[in-house]
Amino acid sequence: QEKDKEEDESKEEDSCSQQNRAPRKKNYQRSDEKKAEEEGGQQRDKKAPTKEQKESENKERKTNKKEKEGENKQKQDRKNSTSASSNSSDEESLSEEELEMLMEEVEQKKKLISTMRNKPWRMVKKLSVLREAQAFVEKFEGALGKGKGKKLYAYKMMMAKKWVKFKRDFDNFKTQCIPWEMKIKEVESHFGSSVASYFIFLRWMYGVNLVLFGLIFGLVIIPEVLMGMPYGSMPRKTVPRAEQATAMDFSVLWDFEGYIKYSALFYGYYNNQRTIGWLKYRLPMAYFMVGISVFGYSLMVVIRSMARNANESTADGDDDNFIFSWKMFTSWDYLIGNPETADNKFASITTSFKESIVDEQESNKDENIHLRRFLRVLANVLIICCLCGSGYLIYFVVKRSQTFSKMQNVGWYERNEVEIVMSLLGMFCPPLFETIAALENYHPRIGLKWQLGRIFALFLGNLYTFLLALMDDVNEKLAEEDVVKNITRWTLLGHHNSSVENGSIATPPPLDPADVPRGPCWETTVGIEFVRLTVSDILVTFITILVGDFIRACFVRFVNYCWCWDLEAGFPSYAEFDISGNVLGLVFNQGMIWMGSFYAPGLVGINVLRLLTSMYFQCWAVMSSNVPHARVFKASKSNNFYMGLLLLILFLSLLPVAYTIMSLPPSFDCGPFSGKKRMYEVIQETIELDFPLFVAKIFSYVANPGLIIPAILLMVLAIYYLNAVSEAYQRANAELKKKMQMQREEEKNKRNNKASTNPMLEDLEDLLTPSTKSESQPKQAEVKKTESSNRSSPVGKQGKAAAAGGSPMSGGRGAAFAPPPHVFVTQPPTLGVRAPYLGQPRPRGFPPGLVPGRGRGRPFYPHYAS
Amino acid sequence: MGNKQTIFTQAQLDAYQDCTFFTRKEILRLFDRYRDLAPQLVPLDYTGKPAVTLPYELIGSMPELKDNPFRQRIAEVFSENGDGNMTLDDFLDMFSVLSEMAPRDLKAYYAFKIYDFNNDDYICKSDLEKTVNKLTRNELTAEEVNLVCDKVIYEADVDNDGKLSLEDFQHMIIRAPDFLSPCRSSPFSDTVSSRGAHLQDWANRSSKKCGAFLMCFLNL
Repeated sequence: QEKDKEEDESKEEDSCSQQNRAPRKKNYQRSDEKKAEEEGGQQRDKKAPTKEQKESENKERKTNKKEKEGENKQKQDRKNSTSASSNSSDEESLSEEELEMLMEEVEQKKKLISTMRNKPWRMVKKLSVLREAQAFVEKFEGALGKGKGKKLYAYKMMMAKKWVKFKRDFDNFKTQCIPWEMKIKEVESHFGSSVASYFIFLRWMYGVNLVLFGLIFGLVIIPEVLMGMPYGSMPRKTVPRAEQATAMDFSVLWDFEGYIKYSALFYGYYNNQRTIGWLKYRLPMAYFMVGISVFGYSLMVVIRSMARNANESTADGDDDNFIFSWKMFTSWDYLIGNPETADNKFASITTSFKESIVDEQESNKDENIHLRRFLRVLANVLIICCLCGSGYLIYFVVKRSQTFSKMQNVGWYERNEVEIVMSLLGMFCPPLFETIAALENYHPRIGLKWQLGRIFALFLGNLYTFLLALMDDVNEKLAEEDVVKNITRWTLLGHHNSSVENGSIATPPPLDPADVPRGPCWETTVGIEFVRLTVSDILVTFITILVGDFIRACFVRFVNYCWCWDLEAGFPSYAEFDISGNVLGLVFNQGMIWMGSFYAPGLVGINVLRLLTSMYFQCWAVMSSNVPHARVFKASKSNNFYMGLLLLILFLSLLPVAYTIMSLPPSFDCGPFSGKKRMYEVIQETIELDFPLFVAKIFSYVANPGLIIPAILLMVLAIYYLNAVSEAYQRANAELKKKMQMQREEEKNKRNNKASTNPMLEDLEDLLTPSTKSESQPKQAEVKKTESSNRSSPVGKQGKAAAAGGSPMSGGRGAAFAPPPHVFVTQPPTLGVRAPYLGQPRPRGFPPGLVPGRGRGRPFYPHYAS
Repeated sequence: MGNKQTIFTQAQLDAYQDCTFFTRKEILRLFDRYRDLAPQLVPLDYTGKPAVTLPYELIGSMPELKDNPFRQRIAEVFSENGDGNMTLDDFLDMFSVLSEMAPRDLKAYYAFKIYDFNNDDYICKSDLEKTVNKLTRNELTAEEVNLVCDKVIYEADVDNDGKLSLEDFQHMIIRAPDFLSPCRSSPFSDTVSSRGAHLQDWANRSSKKCGAFLMCFLNL
């Protein structure tokens, strides 16, 4: 039997094995008759479709057909040889091995079914292959799984199907849950992905602000409203007597004075009681912790998203090998569905091509560098002058507003001068910068970064000037406070003349709370400033959009009929959507929110409203009155630039808040920290009073500078180390890239290796030429069948493994119809593999599309062996 | 089941679902889109597999395609006999490949076919010239076009045979940073772009067709 097997493996099976098979088969015939019949029936069923679909030319089909035809042929042979028992038409036996084979095939078919949609075939082909595969699976699943196994299998399959469907539905549900997805897509389809990126940024901001809003409202404002002392119960929660008459006037409320000032929206309203309500909620503690966690959360989110962006940008290579190719093949935005956008896209592609060509041609020649340098220096000087001027203007205005605030009966303009000036600066400086930047003649991409940086500097300068002026204000107020403190004490003392003189403020005075003289409460003042700034910013933004975009668009559209020149093409034309300005505006607005939210907890609520309305309003404005950009601004490149700006702003807005918390004394008669020397003392107090003693001890040790400084040192060292590591990685990366580049050059020069195994390429090849590889597979199956009777399954498995491994031996066995098999057997096993690389690289021409490495099923080089 | 179900049999719908990236609903909506192009030609009953083809003029006038410089090529590549006329099967095929769920390889494969104007399985210089001219609407001079094509071949042609094979093309296109990226992920949030939303959109504004939805293909 061993010899038999050897023969089976090495020599032509078709003739010899046919003869020994017949008697062997008979033994197994009875035992599996039923199954055999079933299978036979199936085989017959399949015969019909194969004939019908003969015209199909793809590989999968072909192999199927071949397989079946081969089987049928063999069956015929068998029938002839065992003609005596022709009644039992099929003598297929289903041994273990065959079952396994079938299983495998069924699995393959299933895989085929599940990946059908990924195949680059025509629908007709896909459908017919699918039908075939499904029929196959259905039949054989039934045949394979017997008894409970079958049921279990069916159940498993059903569950898998359900699971897939569920996943599909869930994905749909998830995408439907993303807010404004449709709106953004609409904008994207009209204006390209760059404008849409602003709205996506806006949506991201909205998400972040919603979380902050939940934090502040859930943990500070709502507990205070529900459990804190009610309005009017104490001086800080009451409108003073002098203001009461006008406290409800709209003009007063509009300035966030009156009742709004003495509400839970501002710092001053909160009481310094340690615990409130039946829950013993520690409000001052919560206020402090929420203030810190707002920054903590924001930092975390921004950094996380930056890291993700960085990951994404490094994931796809940034090598400049394919500038022109990418421009050629990927520059068209297939989302564009609007003729105007398409026109602009055509124009921008043309210009980008021209730019690249110019870059290419002028990469080494650089004439008149002196003039350009001079112009650049001049432009920078001009812009620095502008920045200084705007900074001084703001400082001046803030100073003036302080004098105004002391005067009575000031007009609306005087009261809102700061906000107006800042908004005007924000409106007129960016275009001015752009005009100046035209002098510099930078590459537009670099120019844009400069522009962003300058506007950022302008906004930042304005913001910090504003802050410094505010700080002056605060210091003045602090000085004033000392005076008021004494007055208050004396008033109270005077009032308590008869009663015991303890003089402490904590005892609730029977004096009406509205009459108690009180300090200026600088925290609330700061909060009000920020709220006002935010609100005026909102208004200016919206009015700018309304006037600058909508009214202008209406004017251009309708007056164009009776005007001496073409308004649409000529001077005013329609507005473009200013992505960089809008993003920067959003970033700065967020900075103000971060700074102000500690002193005005309600500010985040206002911001959430702002972002919400802004989403709808700007979407509408863009769709109704803007035209797409002439030069498409690549948003994807500057994501992290925006995020970096946001991070910078976050850090810068953290500084003043941290400074006030750590080094300014809180007001004595308002806010949750009144009566303490510094705001952070609330933590020490909590630790001392609410935690066991040893915690306080541990805390005091930890807070020791001797411990903090080494910790900081350690962190710095860690950062240094990690930085060094990442630099090393980067260098290695660059090295690898260089190597790849070199290899590419080499390949180019060699011009003889085409042996790539890309799955898609294989598919294409399969379309072009029938592959030998998969053809041999079914024949192996046949061979297996013949051998199965006198062979134990492990050996069979081994053989199969060998076949899969693709050693020349098994390849020779697989190529049953190849003309000279003997030659192949005699050659040493390694030779077959090495043959293509020996001596001449290309001994003979291959048929087109057939790569050398793939023809292993056939002896291509018989002359080598002999 | 709803009345729409009579268009296809259940088995047909299942088969289409296995062969495309669409759900049942989406397939039905796509059928509606197809039928809207020529209501008098397309029957409401597809159970008998009627051999209906729509001419390229109708297909090319769809809002998704009408501004695309390669619309003719797209239609030709996806049509059965290469003349741009489409059966429903071709139509579904096209949208399936162009949809956001289609994998990169598949898209790259079809992109190659689209850019291969003369169907010789290589993108040669004349194909490149045609591509550039279509992209720029003949705004570039002949020398510039020539330069660009030479540069492209220099950059992407690995085997140095003066034309781009599918392998070269994939090698180049897979590395493109923006290839498919707007579909995969938005810049600031990790949203998966929604096909549900797109298709809902279709339903909402069958009258006011604007915007190229589902054509998230080779982007920017």
